[in-house]
Amino acid sequence: MIRSTDLVGAAMRALRANPMRSALTALGVIIGVASVVAMVALGSGAQARVEANIQSLGSNLLIVVPGAQRGAGGVRGAAGGWDSLTLGDAEAIERDVANIAAVAPVQNAGGQMIANGLNWNTRVLGVTPHYFIARDLAVENGRPIEDADVSQARRVILLGPTVAQNLFPNMDPVGQTLRLNGGAYEVIGVLESKGQSGFQDQDDIALAPLTTVKRRIAGRRGRGDSISQISVKAVSEDLIPIVEADVTDVLRQRHRTDGDDDDFTVQNLASITDAMKETTQTFTLLLAAIAGVSLLVGGIGIMNIMLVSVTERTREIGLRKALGARRSDILNQFGLEAIALSVAGGAAGLLIGVLGAWGITSAMGLPLVLSAETPIYAMLFSGLVGVTFGAYPAWRAARLDPIEALRRE
Amino acid sequence: MPGLIAASALVKLYAMGEETVHALDGVSFDIERGGYVAIVGPSGSGKSTLMNLIGGLDTPTGGRLHIDGHDIGAMDDSDLAVFRNRTIGFVFQSFNLLPRLTALENVELPLIYGGVESRRRKERAIALLRRVGLGERLAHKPTQLSGGQQQRVAIARALACEPQILLADEPTGALDTHTGREILALFKELNQEGVCVVIVTHDSEVAAQTARIIEMRDGKIVRDQHAPAPA
Repeated sequence: MIRSTDLVGAAMRALRANPMRSALTALGVIIGVASVVAMVALGSGAQARVEANIQSLGSNLLIVVPGAQRGAGGVRGAAGGWDSLTLGDAEAIERDVANIAAVAPVQNAGGQMIANGLNWNTRVLGVTPHYFIARDLAVENGRPIEDADVSQARRVILLGPTVAQNLFPNMDPVGQTLRLNGGAYEVIGVLESKGQSGFQDQDDIALAPLTTVKRRIAGRRGRGDSISQISVKAVSEDLIPIVEADVTDVLRQRHRTDGDDDDFTVQNLASITDAMKETTQTFTLLLAAIAGVSLLVGGIGIMNIMLVSVTERTREIGLRKALGARRSDILNQFGLEAIALSVAGGAAGLLIGVLGAWGITSAMGLPLVLSAETPIYAMLFSGLVGVTFGAYPAWRAARLDPIEALRRE
Repeated sequence: MPGLIAASALVKLYAMGEETVHALDGVSFDIERGGYVAIVGPSGSGKSTLMNLIGGLDTPTGGRLHIDGHDIGAMDDSDLAVFRNRTIGFVFQSFNLLPRLTALENVELPLIYGGVESRRRKERAIALLRRVGLGERLAHKPTQLSGGQQQRVAIARALACEPQILLADEPTGALDTHTGREILALFKELNQEGVCVVIVTHDSEVAAQTARIIEMRDGKIVRDQHAPAPA
């Protein structure tokens, strides 16, 4: 019975005898594993980015907007339209729903701001102090909106970093005055940056007291009790579904709807996150599957070369059998050669894949996410490729008739 | 006590398309331990088939072949591999050394399949190469050796597992006359040390060196002649 160390030695010697051929044969697996590793890392990076973006909107957040969610065919619920949410709804939620950290009614508006002879067109949100809690907003410079600003409808405004840079380049905006829709407003603070959120610049925004926006900035949209949205922050992540159900109940009672004709929608950021995660995961899987095809091609390359090698070494196989090699010894030797080729290819591919993923993600500004399982899977799969595609050539070698094999020139 | 090799009514058939070829057609003989035998005959006489059966590379279609107590017809593939490893030492016309391996590594091959551990294997291989006069050529590759030296390496390899039988197929066929004589002299020495040597050849000069000549024709033994005992 041959010793396993001698078996490995024989396989290694055979591969070293033809280093160029061995390297080219392993190249298929190298490319396959490298592309799978790079694609998975890229997908994980994109996923982490999406999650971080959604998280930056505020944690444990529900957003109530007017109008029903689009059903199939894009038909919007009949009742309510855009005026269906009111300040009263926000007050009712705050009063009747438990487990909430903050309820923040928001009035959307927008307009052209002018300061220093510069102008900038941006969204202006009318908010209460609760908005800062609900959306995890921090003020970098100056002060946030306070209750007194809202109750007195003061003409004060906070700017996002993008707005601040465009209107007040190279100077501190706090204390300055800007003109908006015909009125003058004092800048009381600059928000901390939230960064790009995939589709829009979250820093291109301005905040003013809710009452101020409704009366002076929003124009016709600001009349009456209606508001644009309500942000509701749950106390903790696991309470989000309960809060979501309670908010929906309260609003259905107030709006006298029963689910089919809801004139509002409660958006759960956690479920949006999940949906986005699932999308990127599917995409990652798709990319990995395409890359996996190249791994398959690499495996076929190994099988091809191993078959050539068995044919070339027929006489050697015959001789080894005459000297006492069993079928299993020959099977193991050639099988091991294939596995060694693909595992070495897998290791090199892993290294190249990680380097490639690092290059691509840093070029795209994505985080580099490498899971601890990646090397394990890379080695496991390349080993599997070796076993799968080495099996047939090894079997062919093992069942060669020694007499025929020795006669072969 | 039965001989080392005991063949009775040995038959080997090959299917050649529609026809059946009687490569061996009822062959019976005994070869004793320590014998020195030549099997001769023209090509197609069945001597190669007989050699393959004695070497455990093939199994008979009919009749019985016992070698050193083993029934060749009753062994499976794995048993035959072990039999070839322990009982038979092959020497081929074209040496059949593995070109990538050194002389030492070539001699180690049968010991590897015999499961001998590395240090003992090397010691044994070195001793054998010294025995055949190649103690200075251990690390040489086959291409760096002359034909006679290559055949000496092959003989050392054949002796590695201390076989009962040295089975040589035209061992001088690829060598010049002088070198061939040296190889035959080596066989004679080994035979005197107790190894049974069986040489398959069509060279009558080679056959004349042995103690017994079995001549084959058309699958049958036509002559089985013992040389006169050396004076």
